Parts: sequence; C-alpha cells; structure tokens
Amino acid sequence: MSMLKITDLNVYYGSIHAVKGVSFEVEEGEIVTLIGANGAGKSTTLNTVAGLLRPRSGSIEFEGKSLVGVPAHKMVSRGIALCPEGRRIFQDMTVRENLEMGAFTRTEEESLEMRKRVYESFPRLKERRTQAGGTLSGGEQQMLAMGRALMSKPKLMMLDEPSMGLAPILVQEIFDIIKELNAQGTTILLVEQNASMALSIANRAYVLETGRVSMSGDANELLHDERVRKAYLGG
Amino acid sequence: MGFLTNLINGVSLGSVYAIIALGYTMVYGIAKMLNFAHGDVIMVGGYICFVCMNNLGLPVAVAILLSIVGCTCLGMVVERAAYKPLREAPSLAVLITAIGVSYFLQNSALLIWGADPKVFKSVVDLPSLKFFEGQLVVGPINIVTALTCVLIMVSLTLFTSRTKMGKAMRACSEDKGAAQLMGINVNTTISMVFAIGSGLAAIAGVLLCSTYPTLMPTTGSLPGIKAFTAAVIGGIGSIPGAALGGVLLGIIEIFAKAYIGTQLADAIVFGVLIVMLLIRPAGLLGKEIHEKV
Ligand SMILES: Nc1ncnc2c1ncn2[C@@H]1O[C@H](COP(=O)(O)OP(=O)(O)OP(=O)(O)O)[C@@H](O)[C@H]1O
Ligand SMILES: [Mg+2]
Repeated sequence: MSMLKITDLNVYYGSIHAVKGVSFEVEEGEIVTLIGANGAGKSTTLNTVAGLLRPRSGSIEFEGKSLVGVPAHKMVSRGIALCPEGRRIFQDMTVRENLEMGAFTRTEEESLEMRKRVYESFPRLKERRTQAGGTLSGGEQQMLAMGRALMSKPKLMMLDEPSMGLAPILVQEIFDIIKELNAQGTTILLVEQNASMALSIANRAYVLETGRVSMSGDANELLHDERVRKAYLGG
Repeated sequence: MGFLTNLINGVSLGSVYAIIALGYTMVYGIAKMLNFAHGDVIMVGGYICFVCMNNLGLPVAVAILLSIVGCTCLGMVVERAAYKPLREAPSLAVLITAIGVSYFLQNSALLIWGADPKVFKSVVDLPSLKFFEGQLVVGPINIVTALTCVLIMVSLTLFTSRTKMGKAMRACSEDKGAAQLMGINVNTTISMVFAIGSGLAAIAGVLLCSTYPTLMPTTGSLPGIKAFTAAVIGGIGSIPGAALGGVLLGIIEIFAKAYIGTQLADAIVFGVLIVMLLIRPAGLLGKEIHEKV
C-alpha cells in the first residue's frame, strides 16, 4: 500500500482549473519529485494535500485514510509536514521560536529533543538561534523552514521549491540534507524548478504540464529522456 | 501643583485608553480588522459591574470578575457570530459589520438599561492621598488605574513572549497559512485573542466608570475611538505601541482641556493623530511595511 495516494485530483481557484485530474503515489521511504514549468500546478497540488486548499473532486489517501476535508492544522498530527513555497518563516520571531512553532503539537520534551536534532543537521541555525527569522539570509531562511517542518517529526515531508533563489553551492547543500533526511527514514515529496537536481536525488518523478501529469516514471530514466531534457533541462 | 495634578489625571486616563488600545491592537494584529464594537464592550463591562454592585449587592471583587467573564464571553460570541463568517470577505464588509455590532450593542443596552445615565460608584473605596500639605490630591482610582495598566502590559508581554499560546498568537498574526502548517488552530487562536481583548475592555470599563461616574449606552464609543487613535499613534499591531499611544493621548487630552479649552480638547486629540500619521505613517513603534520577495 502506498503511503500517499492521490487519485483524479481536481482543484480550482474560482473558475480557474489549476489541477486537472492529477493522480500519483508516494511509497514509504521514497523520494518522489513533481517537476514542471511555472504555473503547472505543483504548489497547488502540495497545498491541497496539506489541507490549505480544498479539492473540487478526487481523493487523497494517506496511510489508507482520506485526507479530504481534514483541516490544515490537523495534518502535522497525521505525520505530514509542508515546507511551503517562499519559505514563509515567521519573520518577527526568533529562529528558536520558529522551531518551537514547528513542534506546536508536540510535548515540551519532544520539542527539545527535536530542536537538538535540527541544530545537528543545521549548525548554522544553532549559531543564529536568537536572531529574528526575517534577518536571516535566504539560504539560512530555507534551512529554518526545513528545520521547522522537521520539528513535528513528519513521516512525509513535502518540500516546495527548496532551492529557489539560492546560490549553486547552497542548492547542493540543501539537496544533500534532503537525501540525508530520507536516509534517516523520512519520506519526501519534492517540488522543484531545478529539474536536474531533483531528478538526480529522486527515486521516481512526475512531470506536470498545465495541471496534468504528462509523464511519469523512474527519475533516472526521466533524467535521460529526450523530451524532459528539451523541456526542463535546457536541452 | 496644577501641572502635577493634570499629569496624574492624564496618566490615569491614558492608562484606560492604553488598556482599551491593547485590545484593539491585538485583535487587529491577528484578525487584521478594526473591531469598532470594541468600545461598546467597555460600556457592557461597566453595566455588568454596575448591576452586580447596585442591583444584586455583590461584593466589588465579584462584580468586577463577573464583568470580565461576561465581556470575555461577549467578545467570543460576537467574533463567532459576526466576524468568523466573514474571514474571507473584503475588509470593507467586515468594517461595516463591526459598526453594525457597535450599534447593536448600544441599542441593546438602551433597551435593557434605558437612556438615563447611571451613577457609577467607584470600585476603589479608599481615601484620597494628600501631598505637599494638601496642595496635591491624588485619587486612589488614579493609582489603581495606572498600576493595573502596568500589570496588564507586563502580563501580556510575558504571555506573548514566553507561552506557547502567546507565541502561536504571534505566528497567526504574521502568517495564518504557515501557522496552520505548524498545527496551530487559527480559529481557536483568533477566538482567544477576542476573549483577551474583551476581558481587558471590561477592566477598562470598570476603571473608566470609576473615574468618570456617568454610565450610559454611549459611554464606550468616544473612549473606544480615542483608544483606536492611540493604537494607531503607537503603531497598530504593536503591544508596547498601544500602551505608549494610550498614555500619550490621555496626557495630551487632559492638558488640552486644562490649558486650551474643554471644547477644543477632542479636536486636538484627533489633530495629533493626523499630524502623527503625516510624520510617521506606521506609528511610533509600528514597523515599516516591508515586502520581502
Ligand atoms: N491564489 C490563486 N488564485 C488564482 N489562481 C491561482 C492562485 N494560485 C495559483 N493560481 C493559478 O493556478 C495555476 C497553478 O499555480 P501553481 O502555483 O500551483 O503553479 P506552480 O506549478 O507551483 O508554479 P511555480 O513553479 O511558478 O511555483 C497557475 O495558472 C496560477 O496562475
Ligand atoms: Mg509553485
């Protein structure tokens, strides 16, 4: 049984049909990536799984239970965390407070323990723990957003464009961390513009095109597919 | 001595404005709406306390407590019934609803308690303090008001910076979507802020009526608008800003009354608002709106 199973998902913004019958699955322990051009519906899909948007139709099952209609604030207790597009860290709160919010549904002890682990994965955050989130550099903010999502000990972590606006060396670092998290047992659903990087670490991939899945398969195969190379990898 | 007396009265009145402004600013911070009915919650708080003391003969402490509990519930009910359904609505619709709630509360009070002013007996029954051989007389209510304001400020600061719920409140104020992703129930948090703000309004109502003892259905509206002004001067959304704005406004008002004229005092208060906004649009302690990409 798949950990996450999406079937025939349709999402609208008013009359705009943003996600048109998308189906895909994520198995436990995998890294699955959704790639596609701007406006393809990648963020819409993740936000719908996270409960921030309601689908018009279709089913979302996580560990065999339906997620449709579950409010966003109940998702972390189910084991799902979303590290949203644009990071959306709390600018006026310190690094430490941001992390504490990530463990909002957890006990004090769990929060403390997770904070230690996050500081181990992101030593930079430990150095900056009393600094306001809004004053961090772009790369540090991304690390904070990921650390904050990790604080809830998710089984499935969804990441929406973690490499956005980062220098190549930082992109590499972020992807290394994602691989490491996966190796420690977190299942990953990754949305990326940076298709070559995403395909190089993922097990499987789905290509979204104007709200539909146009291709899917083994990430490595897609990385070498002629059409994918043309459309998303710059030839 | 006149100067000192005015200063003391100004700080005292300003403390009441500050307590009201704290409610305004917290609600604005999280719900991004101007709750124009906030001033009328003050009046309801005054009436509940009045009824408990005069009609039911309850002890002062119990009367104040019931007033706080009553307003807390009122605030939560109003939020639930009038504002929650409009969470996604344009802000103009919410504003008009708030004005509607304000009239609803005033007219309900008119229906229940009538139009004739009630004489509110001060909740602080202590002799006045005399300094400088009786030249300076300080009312005990002034001292109680100022101390209450300080106590509330300190508690709120600790609450928002130390407790999980307080931090969740700040998180919701910044980004409701992100707060939900953390597992924070935004509706509960907003409801809690309305509860706190309305409880504070009850305290402000009791203190205001103890200082200026006429209680009418419209008692809350002008102090409400002035406290709103104070919140804007201090920087709407900022807790220390609301306190600072409130105290400043109270002092300005009392001095304007004493040295310029009673009729002009309110015009001066709002004049200060306009000048302030021209100089510092974000308010004294408000942060500049900066969009980050
Ligand atoms: N709040 C909204 N209101 C109306 N339309 C929206 C809204 N958000 C997204 N859309 C539309 O839905 C479509 C899918 O958007 P979405 O953000 O999911 O794309 P995306 O694949 O994440 O793109 P990007 O790579 O640029 O982030 C786009 O056509 C977009 O214009
Ligand atoms: Mg997107």
